[in-house]
Amino acid sequence: MNARVIRSVFCGSAALLAAVMLTAAAAANDVDAIRSSITATFRQMNVPVEGGFKVFRGNIDFDPGNLKAARARIEIDTASFDLGAPEYEEELRGKEWFDSPAYPKASFDSSSVAAVGPDRFEARGKFTLKAKTQEIKVPFTIRSEGGARVFEGELPISRKIYAIGSSEWDDTLDDKVIVKFRITTNAK
Amino acid sequence: MNHGTRYTTVAISLHWLIALLIFAGWGLGIYMSDLPLSPAKLRYYSWHKWMGVTTFMLVVLRAGWLATHPAPGLPLTLSPWQARTARVTHFALYLLMFAIPLSGWLMSSAKGVPTVYFGVLRIPDLIGKNQVVGTVLDVVHSSLAFSLAALVGVHVAAALKHHFMDHDGLMGRMVPFLKPPRL
Repeated sequence: MNARVIRSVFCGSAALLAAVMLTAAAAANDVDAIRSSITATFRQMNVPVEGGFKVFRGNIDFDPGNLKAARARIEIDTASFDLGAPEYEEELRGKEWFDSPAYPKASFDSSSVAAVGPDRFEARGKFTLKAKTQEIKVPFTIRSEGGARVFEGELPISRKIYAIGSSEWDDTLDDKVIVKFRITTNAK
Repeated sequence: MNHGTRYTTVAISLHWLIALLIFAGWGLGIYMSDLPLSPAKLRYYSWHKWMGVTTFMLVVLRAGWLATHPAPGLPLTLSPWQARTARVTHFALYLLMFAIPLSGWLMSSAKGVPTVYFGVLRIPDLIGKNQVVGTVLDVVHSSLAFSLAALVGVHVAAALKHHFMDHDGLMGRMVPFLKPPRL
């Protein structure tokens, strides 16, 4: 009995310690999901419909004075797409759309960042969605907000390239989906 | 004051045009809401909204016309309670013809699917996206639509009763090819 108590206390403490360490490790440059948003706007017959990804994570190393060292990695849970209409969200997790059970994550992995204007930059990198990877350009602006960094931008993503929605949708739904992001990191 | 025994041509045209839109919009509304997600479903939703916007504008026009061109007087054969019921029913019909498109418009905004008239003209959102408000407005919109269906049923039944049972020519006030009533 004593052994069991000791064991569970030990396991509990270890888990607590691990959690504390993880939290500590998740400090600088990590995406603060609560103060960030990633949305996708679909357009059907000129009607814009916006949804947001509720779960994503990542890390952005960014020093405007040393762009060569800049690196961003963002990972999005496709199942977390929230349209504000549960009956459609279930559908969007299905095979024809995100196919979240088979491809739970979409990701962006930067390879280079270039300045294109005052506080305006362009990242290039690999975007992977539904197991298809493309080289994309991500324009963004940057500003400081209470000691945190805010990266903002938007870019078009083609549905067809990533096989989001079958071809029967092509007459109704634009190929171009506008992805908007506002990423806050805990940079010091 | 309208001294004729039938409605003006403008009022008659608006009545039948709006009736057609109400029947089509109501039927499409019932049909589309139970469809599984498909391109056709979204198309029907857009069409339904276009019908609603059109109906709303025609109803505004019609109310304005009615205000400036009063309806012909009711046949004197009508008892006071019948005349009163007719007035109340017509008032309720107008109220619903305004309220139903309006609730649909608000519901579209609350559900985050704005109305774009004929895919060209974006109708402004009066309220923001809110799932709970959207669900409530959905119930309001369909309840009002079912009330309208019931009221239209009463309206049509009364018209037919006057025509086939009372033979008072009341229907001739609104049906172009029928004889207008004698006062």
